Amino acid sequence: MTRTILKVDTVSRVFPGVRGGAPVRALEPTNLTVAENDFITILGPSGCGKSTLLRIVAGLDRPSAGRVLLNDREIKGPGADRGMVFQSYTLFPWLTIAENIAYGLREKGLPKAQRSEIVASYTEKVGLRGFENHYPKQLSGGMQQRTAIARALANDPAILLLDEPFGALDNQTRSLMQELLLGIWERERKTVLFVTHDIEESIFLASRVIVMTARPGRIKADIPVDLPHPRHYRMKTSPEFSSLKAQLTEEIRAEALQAEAH
Amino acid sequence: MPRPLEPVSQGTRVVLGISFFVLFVAAWAVATLGGFVSKTFLADPITMVQDGWLLLTRFGFLSDIGITVWRVVGGFVLAALFAVPIGVMMGAYKPIEAFLEPFVSFARYLPASAFVPLLILWAGIGEMQKLLVIFIGSFFQIILMVAVAVGNTRRDLVEAAYTLGSSDTGVVKRVLIPANAPDIAEILRLVLGWAWTYVIVAELIGSSSGIGHMIIDSQALLATGQMIFGIIVIGIIGLISDFLFKALNRVLFPWRLA
Repeated sequence: MTRTILKVDTVSRVFPGVRGGAPVRALEPTNLTVAENDFITILGPSGCGKSTLLRIVAGLDRPSAGRVLLNDREIKGPGADRGMVFQSYTLFPWLTIAENIAYGLREKGLPKAQRSEIVASYTEKVGLRGFENHYPKQLSGGMQQRTAIARALANDPAILLLDEPFGALDNQTRSLMQELLLGIWERERKTVLFVTHDIEESIFLASRVIVMTARPGRIKADIPVDLPHPRHYRMKTSPEFSSLKAQLTEEIRAEALQAEAH
Repeated sequence: MPRPLEPVSQGTRVVLGISFFVLFVAAWAVATLGGFVSKTFLADPITMVQDGWLLLTRFGFLSDIGITVWRVVGGFVLAALFAVPIGVMMGAYKPIEAFLEPFVSFARYLPASAFVPLLILWAGIGEMQKLLVIFIGSFFQIILMVAVAVGNTRRDLVEAAYTLGSSDTGVVKRVLIPANAPDIAEILRLVLGWAWTYVIVAELIGSSSGIGHMIIDSQALLATGQMIFGIIVIGIIGLISDFLFKALNRVLFPWRLA
């Protein structure tokens, strides 16, 4: 058994009611253990608290009860040990692509020579060579998200958190981005927590799929994905893939129906 | 007819912009030279230009212009130097905002011109008094507008900075300030325009130099040509400073245009 890197310990989140309304239970007490080098996708219908869970791990939101341990240390706030990629484009518009990727390294106080070496290697890895001196606005959505991934990875975090990072991209771009991210993971074996509502995406990327229920969110199923690596996009049409997809579709459909009924 | 929001070419834009000036001067010339308006109340454009030339060549009006520009710039730079950091801190830190915002909102509505008599009592009729009028007029406006801009910084950029390891001061220095720098420059451009109205008020009362002083002097002589020339000079200086500000912004913030 590989080493546990992240432990979510009975974490719940209740948002206070707005204008005297009833409080909203976004996340029921949740337990989750993440082993080193795991690629975990968290799959659920919209509003199921999956983003809330991820934000709590990132330290951007506080749990109402319970705690999150990263390498046995309780998370008290955001930090460079957890890299995050958001669904919205969050590159700093006043910095060039290279400066964006170097942002975390600068905050760490790394000398310039070392910085530019790391930046060069990650620009290469996400296929953005030649765009180092462009501003984010000049790049397509897919390229911006690639930069955001490079920016998070350049910091060498213990775990990479992605909150529907490809949600705003078109289908073709999304599929290319999945392969790119998977390729990086296969080479570098980072621990990844990836939130999505796309069933196919959750299977293709993951070594484990966590299915969450409709609000209030809790973990409904924990399904290992034993498809071999390296994975290729053609795998999406294989019988193993299809049977997993059918299984997850049933799980999610039940939740979506329940969410509609509310 | 163009359709709503349809852009025009750069050439058309320049031609249209200039043609209104031409139209304006033409209407003025017809009204005055055509004898529709008495010369006592409104000089015609030709008299205005002649008076202006005399002012510049004979009466040392250039030094008046210089002194007025110095007062505006001096008072404004002084105000900006203090107001921008206070505004940034107010926008970034909510307790500071809660502490200062009510007072600044109140002080902002105190008309700078109403302070002129009081400031003469306090600071005499020297340069200090002129600078203070402009300082009071600009200081609170800049604070409040900068605070609002900084307070509206995109939250997701701030969150991204935190997940990349920024400290609280790092977020202020490397996210809040650069993200809002173009807006702050725009605020300064706007307030500089207002500072021009305060300087003239300051110069109308208790002053022996400056454009405002020249205008008051000309009133005593019923020299409407000179008065109008003075007003137009202010407009032209405003136009130039606006242009310089915009050009500087283009150089400083290329990412805005990218």
